[in-house]
Amino acid sequence: MSSNLDQLYRQVIMDHYKNPRNKGVLEDDSLTINMNNPTCGDRIQLTLKVNDDKVIDAKFEGEGCSISMSSASMMTQAIRGKSIEDALKLSKIFSDMMLGNEYDEDIDLGDIEALQGVAKFPARIKCATLAWKAMEKGLKEDEQ
Amino acid sequence: MNVADVRSYFPILNQEVNGNPLVYLDSAATSQKPVQVMEALETYYCEYNSNVHRGVHTLGTRATDGYEGAREKVRKFINAKSTQEVIFTRGTTTALNTVAASFGKANVQPGDEIVITYMEHHSNIIPWQQLAKATGATLKYLPLQEDGTILLADVSEIVNSKTKIVSVTMVSNVLGVMNPIKEIAKIAHEHGAVMVVDGAQAAPHMKIDVQDLDCDFLGFSAHKMCGPTGIGVLYGKKHLLENMEPIEFGGEMIDFVDLYDSTWKELPWKFEGGTPIIAGAIGLGAAIDFLTEIGLENIQAHEHRLAAYALEKMSAVEGMTIYGPLDPNKRAGLVTFNIADVHPHDVATVLDAEGIAVRAGHHCAQPLMKWLKASATARASFYLYNTEEDIDKLVAGLIKTKEYFSDVF
Repeated sequence: MSSNLDQLYRQVIMDHYKNPRNKGVLEDDSLTINMNNPTCGDRIQLTLKVNDDKVIDAKFEGEGCSISMSSASMMTQAIRGKSIEDALKLSKIFSDMMLGNEYDEDIDLGDIEALQGVAKFPARIKCATLAWKAMEKGLKEDEQ
Repeated sequence: MNVADVRSYFPILNQEVNGNPLVYLDSAATSQKPVQVMEALETYYCEYNSNVHRGVHTLGTRATDGYEGAREKVRKFINAKSTQEVIFTRGTTTALNTVAASFGKANVQPGDEIVITYMEHHSNIIPWQQLAKATGATLKYLPLQEDGTILLADVSEIVNSKTKIVSVTMVSNVLGVMNPIKEIAKIAHEHGAVMVVDGAQAAPHMKIDVQDLDCDFLGFSAHKMCGPTGIGVLYGKKHLLENMEPIEFGGEMIDFVDLYDSTWKELPWKFEGGTPIIAGAIGLGAAIDFLTEIGLENIQAHEHRLAAYALEKMSAVEGMTIYGPLDPNKRAGLVTFNIADVHPHDVATVLDAEGIAVRAGHHCAQPLMKWLKASATARASFYLYNTEEDIDKLVAGLIKTKEYFSDVF
């Protein structure tokens, strides 16, 4: 197998795919965002609990490939406890990373860094960004 | 049929993808094009590009002859009675939409029924959904058997005097099932309904005889049968087309234009508003010549061998789920599958690294995916240029995929 593939399917990605963090649905007065990728059938339901401009909790449910589901798991892990502003900033960095644009490499991305290899597989970028788009949509709506 | 000779006409196949020789197994999405078709397009553009049906000049006449000559080739290809029954469209989608928007709107009333199946492509679902919504008709689905086939008894039960339209695919793009169109058409006609056929996955692979099938409408696309993208065909019985209104209005399709009213050209041109897809039609004509010379019977027999071989080899892989009938006699040349717990996108990505192109996703058939209880599947589809060796590479790639993911899990 090519090393490109190993770059795509890093151990940490497979770990998130197999053992997703924050899987489930938040009840009560949480925000619910449903999003799908119409070209392939991947779908995600993201629930967010936001208080005082802060993401208190985030959970996801969905169906999809290893990249979309691991990305959702990592995203929920990364934004819990962050301010809306910081969560959206992170989303921008992630988007730049996927598009191969420059981004501030001093920021600690944690597990998310493992998704860097996806940028080399243009057909899979939409898989990785699905959960992030859902998060952006939810938080931007909440800001309004 | 000599596959090595056939392959020599498809220069695109002779390349490496990701360091491996290309194995193209996605012809159900779009087929590759032989040099004969590309040369026909080039000749048209280099030697006689001109608008049709209007120019007095020589090039205009040549272009008109080329365009209308292609129509005659299509007529012969599907054994229509007359070229008046052959309308060039953008593809199958436009063909089916034209039937729904023109024939459907004029003939379907509240309380009427439209019957389709669970195995339809979105292009043979949504036009009918829209028609049902607009007219107050009911859309009904024919159920599928365990192996994905349709029972004629179910057709007889569901089609009744309220049914105005029955629309069924000739070959399923997911299950590979070949439907008994002739028998379904007979039942539809007994109840006064018209029979519409989605021929997108059939026209490239098998002889279609519209008179023998006795279907009322048929749509298919050139790009799946060695022709260019952007052109397809709507066949319709003349007496039905004659009573239908055009859905696009403008140049080319008019007889006489007055300030407040206009009249239409005769068939088939009243349905071809605007400058038509001239190069596309000429390319489709060249594709038909190419397929006819090789012989559709030979192509079908070749694909049947490949399907049987693929079913045998793929079934032997542990953890493989194959959708649709396992009997190769009941299916066309494609195999839809899932392997172990690996998501089809991941399967397609790993195969792509091996140079193997397959389709992954819902194949524009979400209701069928629901019926299969699969959110997505992978599909390998075969055409005249594929070989047993391609299938061996696919199977080896699938075993590698499985191993790769069992390592990381």
